[in-house]
Amino acid sequence: MPKIFAIIEDGKEFPLPEGASGQHDDDSGSDSLKETPLRSRHESLGARLIPFAGWRMPVQYAGILDEHRAVRTQAGLFDLGHMGQVNVAGPDALAYLQAVTTNDVSRLEPGQAQYSLLPNEAGGVIDDIIIYRWPTGDRYMVVINAANRTNDVAWLKQQLAARYELEVAVDDISDSLGMIAIQGPRAAGIVQRLTDAALDTLPNFAWAEATIADVPLMVARTGYTGEDGFEFYPDINQVAALWDHLLAAGRDDGLVPVGLGARDTLRLEARMPLYGNELSDEINPLEAGLGWAVDLNKGDFVGRTPIAAMKESSPPRRTVGFKLDQRSGSARTGYEVRVDGRAVGSVTSGAMSPTLGENIGLALVEREVAGVGKPLQIMIRDRAIPATQSKLPFYRRPA
Amino acid sequence: MTSPQDLRYVKTHEWVRQDGELAIIGISDYAQTELGDITFIELPEVGDTIRQQQPFGVVESVKAASDVYAPVDGEVVERNDALLSAPDLVNASPYDDAWFIKIRLTDTAQVDALLAPDAYDDFAADAGH
Repeated sequence: MPKIFAIIEDGKEFPLPEGASGQHDDDSGSDSLKETPLRSRHESLGARLIPFAGWRMPVQYAGILDEHRAVRTQAGLFDLGHMGQVNVAGPDALAYLQAVTTNDVSRLEPGQAQYSLLPNEAGGVIDDIIIYRWPTGDRYMVVINAANRTNDVAWLKQQLAARYELEVAVDDISDSLGMIAIQGPRAAGIVQRLTDAALDTLPNFAWAEATIADVPLMVARTGYTGEDGFEFYPDINQVAALWDHLLAAGRDDGLVPVGLGARDTLRLEARMPLYGNELSDEINPLEAGLGWAVDLNKGDFVGRTPIAAMKESSPPRRTVGFKLDQRSGSARTGYEVRVDGRAVGSVTSGAMSPTLGENIGLALVEREVAGVGKPLQIMIRDRAIPATQSKLPFYRRPA
Repeated sequence: MTSPQDLRYVKTHEWVRQDGELAIIGISDYAQTELGDITFIELPEVGDTIRQQQPFGVVESVKAASDVYAPVDGEVVERNDALLSAPDLVNASPYDDAWFIKIRLTDTAQVDALLAPDAYDDFAADAGH
């Protein structure tokens, strides 16, 4: 085993939870890696830290499988300090966001959140994002992926300059804002012990101002695992205190810190896309299966014409889910997909599913071969391993 | 870290336990720790020939896939089929329950030339930083 962890360090095989393949030039010198306020916590918790999208981040603590199961059955705590946040404020904030994103921002009520995409002119995807509308005022916060932060911010400012008539300010607030998530069936109970706010009244994809463990913050009922849970946005200087309080409050409920490794298997089971894998500037949202996050009737927006044209003619490629039919190594990102010996696409993400105990994956394939129950062959180390397309998501949390 | 004293090691993190003309081969505790939760193992068939420094099997964890290299030349006389259904044995017991294959050595002198435990421990300690 001469190249242990080569896969992660290459950034190719290992699906990067917010990664973009080939977009981390600043990873090469590990001294230049950015660190979150929780670096020393991770070390004392026994984390393995790896370079990720220009940051030094925990890939695992106790182990990916244990952490994954803890989130599915109890609760897990995530350092998301690498994620970026952009504030969009001003009387024309809505008009601006409508023009640069795919989903209909006008449907966002104050205090609500929405999954959306930043499209390019060709109808590809620059990033996938969550837009939060502040409870008051003409203000939105856009949460972006770490690997795309520089690119996204430059693009958003460029789009703003091209719409000089709009009265709106776009500011990267990532350096002053912290981000932590708690996810799992016991997350709400744990957090409730630390606040007077009535969390059970906070709906899915909503956020509100609150004080949790004496830390003032925004708390959102969002996440990237398929479980109930929250994402917290405190001041960067309060992140460590909040982390400590949450971990202590959840200890008896089995709350454990969770790294990027389990974050990736959790999101894959829940069929949540990962930028750089299921999404790229050369993959149309309709091919990625994200047509639900595109509203072609909301008025014009960047990339609307090519996306509408693709909808008209039906996308030539589809993102499908599959399970391997036999015991095998995992299908990993980039592996070729065949049907009857002919190359029809490639794996975008794959893993041994800790919940199902089966090898699962997503692949971008020619439209003609897509269909639940239809066969695929995944080329794993020069062998064609039979697979069957399956319904998505692979995992849905019990009601 | 102190690796078992009765084994010999190679820099690709496999170990050899010699017993006369025979030897068993596995991967080190350092290797299983680095890989993390092991989910899949592929082993050669009994009767296959393995060649020093050539891959003879595959070990996969949740996050990585890696070849397993032959520390010496030989012919496979037995393989540990328990690993196929319970690959996590490698995490639990890398030096005992989770041996990979038993071979008939082509040249027993090859074993003597491998890393002694203290030399391997020094190497692994450096590799870990």
